[in-house]
Amino acid sequence: MIHSLFLINHSGDIFLEKHWKSVISRSVCDYFFEAKEKAAEPENVAPVLQTPHHYLITIYRGKLFFLSVVQTEAPPLFVIEFLHRVADIFQDYFGECSESVIKDNVVTVYELLEEMLDNGFPLATESNVLKEMIRPPTILRSVVNTLTGTWSNVGDTLPTGQLSNIPWRRAGVKYTNNEAYFDVIEEIDAIVDKSGTTVCAEIQGVIEACVRLTGMPDLTLSFMNPRLLDDVSFHPCVRFKRWESERALSFIPPDGNFTLMNYHVSSQNLVALPVYVKQSISFFDSGPCGRLDITVGPKQTMGKTVEALMVTIHMPKAVLSANLTATQGSYTYDLATKVLVWDIGKLNPQKLPNLKGSLSLQAGAPKPEDNPSLNIDLKIQQMAISGLKVSRLEMFGEKYKPFKGVKYLTKAGKFQVRT
Amino acid sequence: DTWISTQKKIHSQLSLPVYPLQENRQFGSKMTDSKYFTTTKKGEIFELKAELNSDKKEKKKEAVKKVIASMTVGKDVSALFPDVVNCMQTDNLELKKLVYLYLMNYAKSQPDMAIMAVNTFVKDCEDPNPLIRALAVRTMGCIRVDKITEYLCEPLRKCLKDEDPYVRKTAAVCVAKLHDINAQLVEDQGFLDTLKDLISDSNPMVVANAVAALSEIAESHPNSNLLDLNPQTINKLLTALNECTEWGQIFILDCLANYTPRDDRESQSICERVTPRLSHANSAVVLSAVKVLMKFMEMLPKDLDYYGTLLKKLAPPLVTLLSAEPELQYVALRNINLIVQRRPEILKHEMKVFFVKYNDPIYVKLEKLDIMIRLASQANIAQVLAELKEYATEVDVDFVRKAVRAIGRCAIKVEQSAERCVSTLLDLIQTKVNYVVQEAIVVIKDIFRKYPNKYESVIATLCENLDSLDEPEARAAMIWIVGEYAERIDNADELLESFLEGFHDESTQVQLQLLTAIVKLFLKKPTETQELVQQVLSLATQDSDNPDLRDRGYIYWRLLSTDPVAAKEVVLAEKPLISEETDLIEPTLLEELICHIGTLASVYHKPPSAFVEGSRGVQHKRLPGSAGSGESVESPDPGAAATETPPAVIPSQGDLLGDLLNLDLTPTTTTGPPPPTTSGMQMGAMDLLSGGLDSLVGLLHQGPPSLSASPSTTTLGGDIGGNPAMGAAFGAAPATMPASFNAPGSGGLDDLFDLGGGVGMPMGALNPPKAVWLPAMKAKGLEISGVFVRRAGVIQMEMTLTNKAMSVMTDFAIQFNRNSFGLAPAGPLQILTPLSPNQSIEPLNNLQVAVKNNIDVFYFSCQYPISMLFVEDGKMERQVFLATWKDIPNDNESQFQIKDCHLNSDAASNKLQSSNIFTIAKRTVEGQDMLYQSMKLTNGIWVLAELRVQAGNPNYTVSSVALAVRSLLCCVLLLTSCISVYFEDQHFVLIHNQSCLNSPTFILGRWKYLMVIQVYRKH
Repeated sequence: MIHSLFLINHSGDIFLEKHWKSVISRSVCDYFFEAKEKAAEPENVAPVLQTPHHYLITIYRGKLFFLSVVQTEAPPLFVIEFLHRVADIFQDYFGECSESVIKDNVVTVYELLEEMLDNGFPLATESNVLKEMIRPPTILRSVVNTLTGTWSNVGDTLPTGQLSNIPWRRAGVKYTNNEAYFDVIEEIDAIVDKSGTTVCAEIQGVIEACVRLTGMPDLTLSFMNPRLLDDVSFHPCVRFKRWESERALSFIPPDGNFTLMNYHVSSQNLVALPVYVKQSISFFDSGPCGRLDITVGPKQTMGKTVEALMVTIHMPKAVLSANLTATQGSYTYDLATKVLVWDIGKLNPQKLPNLKGSLSLQAGAPKPEDNPSLNIDLKIQQMAISGLKVSRLEMFGEKYKPFKGVKYLTKAGKFQVRT
Repeated sequence: DTWISTQKKIHSQLSLPVYPLQENRQFGSKMTDSKYFTTTKKGEIFELKAELNSDKKEKKKEAVKKVIASMTVGKDVSALFPDVVNCMQTDNLELKKLVYLYLMNYAKSQPDMAIMAVNTFVKDCEDPNPLIRALAVRTMGCIRVDKITEYLCEPLRKCLKDEDPYVRKTAAVCVAKLHDINAQLVEDQGFLDTLKDLISDSNPMVVANAVAALSEIAESHPNSNLLDLNPQTINKLLTALNECTEWGQIFILDCLANYTPRDDRESQSICERVTPRLSHANSAVVLSAVKVLMKFMEMLPKDLDYYGTLLKKLAPPLVTLLSAEPELQYVALRNINLIVQRRPEILKHEMKVFFVKYNDPIYVKLEKLDIMIRLASQANIAQVLAELKEYATEVDVDFVRKAVRAIGRCAIKVEQSAERCVSTLLDLIQTKVNYVVQEAIVVIKDIFRKYPNKYESVIATLCENLDSLDEPEARAAMIWIVGEYAERIDNADELLESFLEGFHDESTQVQLQLLTAIVKLFLKKPTETQELVQQVLSLATQDSDNPDLRDRGYIYWRLLSTDPVAAKEVVLAEKPLISEETDLIEPTLLEELICHIGTLASVYHKPPSAFVEGSRGVQHKRLPGSAGSGESVESPDPGAAATETPPAVIPSQGDLLGDLLNLDLTPTTTTGPPPPTTSGMQMGAMDLLSGGLDSLVGLLHQGPPSLSASPSTTTLGGDIGGNPAMGAAFGAAPATMPASFNAPGSGGLDDLFDLGGGVGMPMGALNPPKAVWLPAMKAKGLEISGVFVRRAGVIQMEMTLTNKAMSVMTDFAIQFNRNSFGLAPAGPLQILTPLSPNQSIEPLNNLQVAVKNNIDVFYFSCQYPISMLFVEDGKMERQVFLATWKDIPNDNESQFQIKDCHLNSDAASNKLQSSNIFTIAKRTVEGQDMLYQSMKLTNGIWVLAELRVQAGNPNYTVSSVALAVRSLLCCVLLLTSCISVYFEDQHFVLIHNQSCLNSPTFILGRWKYLMVIQVYRKH
């Protein structure tokens, strides 16, 4: 399974290595550097690379490469999932996943990695199990430790979750205020063509939970319209049989924040887009210039306001500058990356925002061949665009009354308008 | 905005979480480990040493932390070994863990010092705290020092039976570690058996780890029959599957995938219990579950309701995988590529999820494009085309090129869309973007091949872009078009002439194409182009040192000068249409890859044996057959049998062009020109001939696993093919057998016609004595001798296994490498009683080549006589035989002599008949008996032979009667189609003739490709 891990920063320095079996020389990373050199963007480095004796499986997260070395026929998805889990844990422990933070906490990182994998097999990857074994760095403990001088970052008892059949929850959780909150967040992935027709549109939904409940609560979350959900994946805590028979989520929750479920509403169910975009970007054959005219308007918003609206355009290389007027918001054009960003903000249905003006091209450059594509960002509070609604949350197994709440949010995922 | 983002505010007021996170980063940063990096270089080690030996616990720990920090960034702190080890005896768990981390890193370089730690380890293994016990056994396993591993055995044995499951599961993994360091020790100590027992453990996590450990050991050590799966263990695994962690589920699912259910009911019940895993959040669990389902589905009857339900359930999880991180998407897409080839119905409605998004990484874009084409059908082609056209205007060059090619593939795949595709391509050509134009021309050439006389109107547009083509492939394609349609292009001669100017600077591909195109032009417009053709022929034959080019030049030259009419027939022959599907993975390989879904093999689309290091024993996995169709030994290709509609495999774009180039060459064999006399011509013919022989002899060398990579060097045909001089000798009429025929490789041929030995023997099938295949020396005491026989229509391999070792042998199994005739064991090797020393047994078993027992896996190769492959119904109808015989061109024949044969013609005929070589007719000419014979191979290939027997001369001047046997291979081909035949790196296309429905045609080639022919036949 996973043999070694190298952490590599943006500029190609290996700043941490960990080996779970025999030590593999750093030089194995040269194959990766070669591939990185070839790919223009770090995002474009292929995730699975073959070298004469090893396989390099890489993920790119937070401007860092997590490169693992595999020597046997191991499932690459397994490795990739694990690497993402490592990054998640770093995020969870240190608040961010960056080179400086990892260097600041290198011993904890090392202890974590040792605890997460044994001989290449995952050992403890649940955040709450790990936290019982290796305490996250906190100011409170630092103070206590300095005062008493008898501190330890490491728990000396076996984590309770490790062996129970609910490894995600530890025993003896206590809160003075018991709360269970859920966020239903939906992202719209869509491609709209020149004429404004939707080529494809789908929704990636996720239910994030924040549960702080005493004891061993058993929750049931039910929906008004569960029929929407035909393509789902659950946190291991969800009882699949109950879902199959009743279409309700029944589970003993992990303590704290976790992703309860992901779902996918495909193009077969009609997905309504919240905004429409009228655009024309054209370059003249005659002179080194072009015109741009973009208007955004609301389409299907169920009476809610579209916020944080932003249009990003990757211009052809020949475009030197843009001279535009925006009726709302402001625009910037980055010469180096050729990216035009129009930050609109709130969408006012009475007065549609418009961006209009001319583009100037490099003198003598031919008319650009590639059409720029518009990426839309937006947010709509208190609405799930698929129409999904939670009907109620029940709790069994504990006597107290928890605070409960559900919030909805719709965002643009990969929302792209072609020109 | 969301709960999660606002929670911090709320919770800091309302409740006190047990582990508050990150309240104050600014403050925290002062207290971080970065300070460990700032120690001054000078005297660093010395300082640390002092601190490590400090009396203060706190200082000690700080020092160890500094050491660890230095270690992680690659500084050498091994000099501190004794000081760090001294800190190990402590009740502070963190300090202990830190010391362990250090030990694991440096023990290897300081083995003598490491031994100091052993006592602490052994003591810790007895600690009342299970965490400490587990930690000790875990760490000990990571110290790869022999001296330490010796001490590990006893604690490990105890921990494997520990009352605490956490310790047991850690110990299970430790066995795998120990095996990696010292496999023999693990076997001797009986740890493997204990590990096997853990599969039945009450705790699911222990089960999962035991499975993981066993799988890893089995991979590096394929002979041990470790994961002996039976319905009981399967049941236990399925129970554990529901309760263990996500990673454990992956191990268990991967292990389940190796099981072959007894019947369709068991298969269904396993599927039902695995299906819930498809909704797991971990994509690796999902993909492993998909693998199990894809494999076990093979056994379900298609008319079963459950089969349809299962198909429907597979689509959503696969689609969901595509919304994950790009790295996961990539692996998922590579696997989906396999799945849609095997079962296109699963995702046929999901085309849209494969549409490429602007900000997908390039590696995801390219994979999506591939799958889009695979899913393209009449129903969705309009959408697909609109998308592809969009992609063709993007920025990334590789992606744009692939998109343009994709349009061409759509045209070839979906006939209804061809017109639209062509007009899209023309639009793209109008953009004048150089690489788009070149790609478009390459694919338009393919479209012409598929739909002749339909879209030639676009040629004018293509010709406009002639000057901008600078890539060989595009130039070659354009030249082909000009040559092929020379009669419609007024200035074809000018165009081709312009290419001719820089002839020597062109790549071979372009040169060959140009030669052919000009010859075509000449045959179409002889008057104006005589000079041009002269010029190109002389360039190709006299000024070039490329043998391919020269040979082709000579062939044309002779053809044109001897018989222009024949030349026209040959060069301007109608070409076969190209097939619709390109880039398909060979069905048998696809089946194997389906069994490896989710692994590296599935990403590389290669079998694991092809690339995994140290995988000498990786077994080729196969899909189980569908319900009721038991695989018989005689089924020539079980893979093809399992596929309902085996798609014809034709090589990808690049190869197609190669085929095109060679198309013009091969009709020489079908149009039947007068026997060639010139060397150039003979070369071509010899190539074909030797190919046939190569295969004939090649089949005597049934690819032994260890040899399979280089059989051609040992086969006779390979020699002939590579050596024209020998080939020429061969062509001469009844020559004596070339010396190399007696080489070991030709043993089978001798067997086949070894009639001499049979004088005193009772009539019966050829029954050679057993030969030693695997000497005891090479196989740790196991000797295997055997023989192949054909009994009652069944090919059998009789083996004698003799145990010449001192210990008992058990756990026998047998497996054959893939071979030309698809021979496979009909049943497992059944040796019920363990084999005691010096005991030998003789199980009757059917055929070939890796034998394993409890000691190791042994490989050997053995040749089986070709006569074994002759089937009982190999008797051809007289008329058919006659027609076939006549149709075989002379140069497809081969002859050789059999010496020392004292039989008369009747006796020979009888004897041959007993080996399923049937006499169709007999005639006597000038005292010679001519026997005409036919035989048929298990894979449906016919061989016709003529046997000439000189009646016995009472005064033997030579003690041999010479029998001349004309043997040739021919294949009854029912389809008008072209077959690719590979000779090493070159490929040839051998064609059909038009009326081949009535008269069989002859194909000579490697056996590998005769399998392909088989596929055509079934069609």
